[in-house]
Amino acid sequence: MLDPVTLAVIQAGLQQVCDEMDLTFSRAAFSPVIAEADDRSDGIYSADDGSLIAQGSRGLPVFVGVMQFSTRTILERIRTGQTAAPDPGDIYIVNDPYLGGTHLMDVRFAMPVWRNGAIFCWLSNTGHWPDTGGAVPGGFSASAISAEQEGLRLPPVKLFKRGVLDTEIWSIIRSNIRVSEQRIGDVKAQASALLVGAERLTALVDRYGDAAVTACIRAMRSLAARQMRAMIALVPDGTYRAKAFVDSDGVVNRPLEIALSVSKHGDDLTFDFSNSSPPCMGPMNSVRATTLSSVYLAMRHIFPDVPMSAGAFEPLHVTGIEGTFLDAQYPRPVSGCAAEVSQRIAEAVFAAMVQALPDRVTAAPAGTSGNFGLGGHDPVRGSDYVMYQISGGGYGGNSDHDGLSNGCSTIGISKAPPVEIMEQNFPVLYRRYALHEGSGGAGQHRGGFGLDYEIELLRGEARASFVMDHGRTGPLGAQGGKDGAVNRVEVIRNGTVFVPPHLSKAQDIVLTAGDRVRVRTPGGGGYGLPENRDPDLIAEDVRLGRYTAEEARALWNWQG
Amino acid sequence: MAGLVAGVDVGGTFTDLVIFDPATGAVKLAKVPTSLPNQSHGVLAAFEAKGADLSSLDLIVHGTTTTTNAVLERALCRTGLITTMGFRDVLELGRRTRPNAYGMTGRFTPVIPRDLRLEVPERLDARGNVLVALDEEAVRKASLQLLEKGCESLVIHFLHAYANSAHERRAAQIAAEVWPNPYVTMGHALLSESREYERGVTAAVNASVQPLLERYVLRLADQLAARGYQHDLLVMNGNGGMVSARTVSKEAVKTVMSGPASGVMAAVATGRRAGMLDLLTYDMGGTSTDVAMIRQGRAPVSNEIEVEYAMPIHVPMVDVRTVGAGGGSIARVDAGGLLRVGPESAGSTPGPICYGRGGHRVTISDANILLGRLPVSRFGQAVDAARVAMADQIGTPLGLTVEQAAEAVVRIANTHMAGAIRMVSISMGADPRDFALFAFGGAGPLHAVALARELAVPRVLVPARPGITNALGCVVADLRHDFVRTLNRPLDSVETGSVHAVFAAQEAEGRRLIAAENIALTTVRAEFSADMQFVGQTHLLRVPLPNAAPTRDDMQRLFEAAYHARFRVDLPTIRANLVNLNCSVIGERPEMDLSALIDPSGRQPKAVPQGTRPVWFGKWVETPIYWRDHLPLNLQLPGPAIIEQMDTTVVVEPGCLVTSDADGNLIIEVGHA
Repeated sequence: MLDPVTLAVIQAGLQQVCDEMDLTFSRAAFSPVIAEADDRSDGIYSADDGSLIAQGSRGLPVFVGVMQFSTRTILERIRTGQTAAPDPGDIYIVNDPYLGGTHLMDVRFAMPVWRNGAIFCWLSNTGHWPDTGGAVPGGFSASAISAEQEGLRLPPVKLFKRGVLDTEIWSIIRSNIRVSEQRIGDVKAQASALLVGAERLTALVDRYGDAAVTACIRAMRSLAARQMRAMIALVPDGTYRAKAFVDSDGVVNRPLEIALSVSKHGDDLTFDFSNSSPPCMGPMNSVRATTLSSVYLAMRHIFPDVPMSAGAFEPLHVTGIEGTFLDAQYPRPVSGCAAEVSQRIAEAVFAAMVQALPDRVTAAPAGTSGNFGLGGHDPVRGSDYVMYQISGGGYGGNSDHDGLSNGCSTIGISKAPPVEIMEQNFPVLYRRYALHEGSGGAGQHRGGFGLDYEIELLRGEARASFVMDHGRTGPLGAQGGKDGAVNRVEVIRNGTVFVPPHLSKAQDIVLTAGDRVRVRTPGGGGYGLPENRDPDLIAEDVRLGRYTAEEARALWNWQG
Repeated sequence: MAGLVAGVDVGGTFTDLVIFDPATGAVKLAKVPTSLPNQSHGVLAAFEAKGADLSSLDLIVHGTTTTTNAVLERALCRTGLITTMGFRDVLELGRRTRPNAYGMTGRFTPVIPRDLRLEVPERLDARGNVLVALDEEAVRKASLQLLEKGCESLVIHFLHAYANSAHERRAAQIAAEVWPNPYVTMGHALLSESREYERGVTAAVNASVQPLLERYVLRLADQLAARGYQHDLLVMNGNGGMVSARTVSKEAVKTVMSGPASGVMAAVATGRRAGMLDLLTYDMGGTSTDVAMIRQGRAPVSNEIEVEYAMPIHVPMVDVRTVGAGGGSIARVDAGGLLRVGPESAGSTPGPICYGRGGHRVTISDANILLGRLPVSRFGQAVDAARVAMADQIGTPLGLTVEQAAEAVVRIANTHMAGAIRMVSISMGADPRDFALFAFGGAGPLHAVALARELAVPRVLVPARPGITNALGCVVADLRHDFVRTLNRPLDSVETGSVHAVFAAQEAEGRRLIAAENIALTTVRAEFSADMQFVGQTHLLRVPLPNAAPTRDDMQRLFEAAYHARFRVDLPTIRANLVNLNCSVIGERPEMDLSALIDPSGRQPKAVPQGTRPVWFGKWVETPIYWRDHLPLNLQLPGPAIIEQMDTTVVVEPGCLVTSDADGNLIIEVGHA
């Protein structure tokens, strides 16, 4: 029988093992996507079924629960002989989206932790590699129509055998990815995080004993389930419906619909996505693991205190995704699933749940990663470059206050790179980096403001690509609040303004020196009826130039 | 060096004064309530409480929270910004973050509001070349406009000014022609590194606390002079050094977070005298706990501290981490039935239930008093209420007795604090078995032994006066100036000569500044380090250098060794990058004799308990209670024991052995039972 104190102590200990893995991975990584943007996650998984035991608190939110699906796949494949069984010191690598993954760029490592000759549990981490091959640098091809165009696909194989890097497998990988010189640094950082985790976990188990830790893991799972159920109990019985739209799949210029109905019965919630759009031709498909994780992540934003463990997910049932673009099968392209579709799924969950829990859930946040990629040749440096500008947007208003401006995407936690660093590294000049004025959705508590930036290409020729969303419709308002402003992309060439036909998605737009790109990211949705807003706050926003007086009159019927 | 030296530190609740007589080692201590908003009343009251003759003082060193409080409460002076066309919102957009990883909410108030942020035409590229000339007329107009709007301070912050400061300097000149006071801060002047948000916030904070700090310290200096003090007033900086009150407000931002830095400096000095150079400092107060790692007698200094959400202040500061666990932290059983402690706090009002000031939620202090660890006589106005609440809020839901519940609260709190200490030590590659735990603050010594057990730290050091550590830090701190120069080039393309020249210039400037302070010093020394990474990385690793003339091979070798120690990774095929060259010039003050912090005349020949009381160590144990000031220096005291003193209570668990050193520090060898 485990006493509640030892339970809490071991739980905190397991959490810390994960946090240290996160820290080690980021600090040792080379790719700025991991080192700066924290586009990675680490966790501990059950030896029986791969279910989540604990996950690092500074992992990228989109990975909530994801690695339990890939770990489960590895276990099943080992059981059926499709993948070789592990020896001590072995580390598997896998990035196949259809085997419990996200997109190809999210590369997973998994390693068993051994006790007395048996597997005690698994450690796994995911890191977003800057490139895994495919049609375009970085992997985000807005016009891919099959997985092969998106990059190299790895089934679970042992990259490290008994602690030693398999140079043959590594040489195959290296020959298929761009800018491969520094990737060995990332591989070692990713493996080092697992080794640090194994060391800390072993010390913890040595201290408290195998039996106590095993009992604690079991108890944590049922406690997390109980805690999620206690939260669900706050939801009034009923069914809550919402719709969210992806602008287009990048290939066919037609919106994709996420149709969600959330029903509460007993202490469980069922998220039914049937009637959502069928699989699409372009890369805006999602895979099962990502769709489930997106629901989990949205619920964690709503109930941040429930610990991340498989138990927390037990009362959440996702149905009706078969045959929709939320459960795409090979060879459907999926590069947009982690960055964009996941956020539309979360938005649908927020929009449904805010009806049930108006004091806990916000109006919709900007909900796009705002990926603007620029690849070209710098004639002064004599080298090729690939630049990414990932942007935030406004958050939704809530029952207590206005939304935050320029917040990170729903699925991210990273910091934006400074303009000065971007200009040091790439042949571009920012003409403006400002609040997207007027973008916050009107309401009693308005949405936060998006970002308004304009970048000029200084020299050479380059190709611009955009993988964004909310170009057609703005982030949803709630409880009578208005939608936030849409995402706007403009390419200014020789003084003429070009707006991409898909609005938020485009690929390979050729730019020459002096051409400019202007992007205005979405504002957050407003919360509550605009007529309930304190007139002093409206006047303050006008005084600070956040809205023009005309906008304030139109949106709030302001009399000033 | 005949005269007396005084350290006076303003904390959240108390203002502490310590006066040393270097000739005799005699010490005077005073503790008075902090006065707000004007802290000088409390400072003067502290001197009056001891009837101190200020004309006999050679030196007064002051730690103030004036700027820290102004920043955290946003009680700032009205400040205007003149910046590059197109970039006035940088200070409001931040780095695209949210306060917590989960929960899509948050609030943020920029240091300078939008209507006081004006743009002028000018633009440099990343190498410092002028793309758009400075519009001088626009600068003049903007300055006047900001004055009209009632601004007292001004920030001039241009993109890429770290690469070329000409526009900022010219704009400051123009502004100075109309600006009625010297409160004009240029972005590049405090920190000449890229990152426009961090540099801008640092400059904005400097400008907006500058008038406050200057008014405060000059007025205090006048008041001290009026009472007979004839020398310079020195003020503590966040880097653990001190500077003259005459010049401190020029770089006012450097005084932010100076309180925790003083505590660490006191630990350095105390540890050095005790022969313990590797310390984990653990300062537990009413609402939070500060931890830091001291290695080889050196305080860790970082240039990248974020003092709260989206508030990066990138000037050198002692690297102290804070966790939300203090005596007032609230314990609760969550919806899933799991016991949680903090970060919510009952603070000092209403405070813990046992204080009897209206608190009704169980706190760590309530748990300590119910376990007999804190004296009921001093903290136990409402012990019965605390017992009932412990049973109702924790015991019953978990099926535990009151004692078991209280013990559980203490254990969970210890687990969190141990986690924070691990994150500054083990996770940085340090082995806790090489350290002593330096426990201070009102509550640190209560938990230190249990924490040391949790961390496998072999011994705990409880200094003579754990409750006045920050004031002591003021007395023992050195003069210190830090310099950073950014190179950001692959090591193999760096001219060794230019590295040596940078270090030489930094050291000369530091020595010049220290000489100008006119303070008695034993020595002036310089420390050198390089911030390095592998080419392609973004994070930096600080590599200490043995001298100002390292070869490239030295730097490569030391970097690779440091990298391996931290990450256990070797990357022989990847080149190293040299990012920053750092130099700290330190003027060491004469060592203070700390042996009279506890009045030697009060010591008794043998340790005799004042009495006993039952204390919970897994079961009730009748435990001897000692009065700290009566303990002899040749102490050999086995646990269990409780040692009480004016400013803290030390809990010695069974299996431990307490000895004392010549300064009266308690050294607790932690038995790993």
